[in-house]
Amino acid sequence: MIYNEEFETLPREALKALQLKRLQQTLQRAYHTIGYYKRSLSATGVSPQDVISLDNLRNLPFTTREDVRKNYPFGLFSVPMSNIVRLHATTGTSGRSSVFSYTRRDIDTWTELNVRSLVAAGVTKNDIVHNAFSYGLLPVGLGVHYGTEKIGASVIPMSDGNTKRQITLLQDFGPTVLCSTPSYALHLAHEGESQGVNMKTLQLRVGIFGGELWSDATRDAIEDAFSIRALNIFGISEIMEPGIACECLEGRHGMHIFEDHFLVETINPQTGEVLPEGDEGELVFTSLTKEAFPLIRYRSGDISRLITEPCRCGRTHVRMERVLKRCDDMLTIRGINIFPGQIEAILQEIEGVSTDYQLIIDKADALDTVELHVEVGEKYFAEAGGVKELQAIEKRIVKDMKDYLSIPPRVKLVAPQTLAQKKAKVIDKRII
Amino acid sequence: MIVEQISVFLENKPGSLEHATRVLKENNINIRTLSIAETVDFGILRLIVNDVDKTNNVLKEAGFRVSKTTVVAVEVPDQPGGLHSIMEVLNKENINVEYLYAFVEKSGQNAVIIFRFDNPEKAIEILLAHKFTVVPGKQLYEL
Repeated sequence: MIYNEEFETLPREALKALQLKRLQQTLQRAYHTIGYYKRSLSATGVSPQDVISLDNLRNLPFTTREDVRKNYPFGLFSVPMSNIVRLHATTGTSGRSSVFSYTRRDIDTWTELNVRSLVAAGVTKNDIVHNAFSYGLLPVGLGVHYGTEKIGASVIPMSDGNTKRQITLLQDFGPTVLCSTPSYALHLAHEGESQGVNMKTLQLRVGIFGGELWSDATRDAIEDAFSIRALNIFGISEIMEPGIACECLEGRHGMHIFEDHFLVETINPQTGEVLPEGDEGELVFTSLTKEAFPLIRYRSGDISRLITEPCRCGRTHVRMERVLKRCDDMLTIRGINIFPGQIEAILQEIEGVSTDYQLIIDKADALDTVELHVEVGEKYFAEAGGVKELQAIEKRIVKDMKDYLSIPPRVKLVAPQTLAQKKAKVIDKRII
Repeated sequence: MIVEQISVFLENKPGSLEHATRVLKENNINIRTLSIAETVDFGILRLIVNDVDKTNNVLKEAGFRVSKTTVVAVEVPDQPGGLHSIMEVLNKENINVEYLYAFVEKSGQNAVIIFRFDNPEKAIEILLAHKFTVVPGKQLYEL
């Protein structure tokens, strides 16, 4: 099913014309309302009126996640706060998280794109949607929530966690659609089975999963565990999450990017050179309709490939292959994106430990486990070499990691030689 | 009257205690007594040694996290009720013991109990007032 027949099946030529018009509007707005874009565009000698074709896009500077952070918190907003109805942010300490905002119209756009994704998965007003995406400062849960309500389906705003309760409601409320990160879905399946619940006989029909890297092997496991179809959705917090791309029911052939709202390019992550459509590379997105927080040539860090062949579903929008790797050091743990630099920033503030650390990520019972090895500081131990003091440090690290990054690790204090011998700061043992 | 104890941070992994004892052996350091406090993730080796400063330096040079902690050594007859006689007084005087460990002197007559108090000076004052034998550090190191 297609929700917005007109725009989702727009002939390519008309789509390109629409994109160019919206790109020009976005550039004008960004140039005239955001100091950062005025400076960065001027520095490359390009002014918005120079962009007369989509090909001119490649002359514009990239926006990186670092650029967003440098403008923390509100430096990249295009409208005054009186026009902003919502603020969201990624995890991280002050100046190390991305903050993004929405006007009322942005919320409407976000809602529509979530409706498109849900409808593509066959969701109708007769469905009950068990939404186990996280609700809160991170946007994912709310996006799906709005989409579901707009369709007229019933949403259960579960958020993540409270697994036992979730299994109870999966049985008692009989939801037909499950939305979560793939790893949490598998965790639900394992927990349910261990409680003697037959997860295959629940009312669930289809699941929409995203928020972390996952493979078709994981998809097979989820489809088998719940006896459902599992579809992939895609978003980027800074741009729209979810709401950039979704799969249709035609098969595992990539996610349709909502091209009437986003321009996508593929680049060589090392050189920044634009690659031909269909080559593997880093995806770069330009928002075309966002009002409060437009982003021009935003580097996603996600490595993928665009599929330009028409899809049997009838949508004319280009598809992107599922993302299986990244070109930066971003880690997704329990659906939350974090960067090693954020951990360092947290450790810097804690007396008694050095900023050398090693993060070990693994899986237990389908859920990500995080172990953080931290070195005890020489001076601190010399002055307060007691068990109590060290345990207090451990607690502080767990708490700060939980407060700032929403990821409480198991902390292991280690001797200094240990980390010096280890070269990798991050060891990711997970198989996606 | 206080005693200096060396505390060494030990990571909870095979070989870390062996590494510490090897450093002590290679530097000809004699351990008078010791105990290990352990948690799930780490341990702290507590040592009374014949040469506190040297131990501190050689362990630091070997890359260990080391600290000197003030403890109090009390000598009691090695017989039933020996430790209790001290605990009774400490309890009455409301002195909190953070941890303790003990060893029996070579003669076999007496036991020496090493106490860690929040406030060692006050504890010593009270113990002396109750006629307990507080062993000074210098004497203990050379036992």
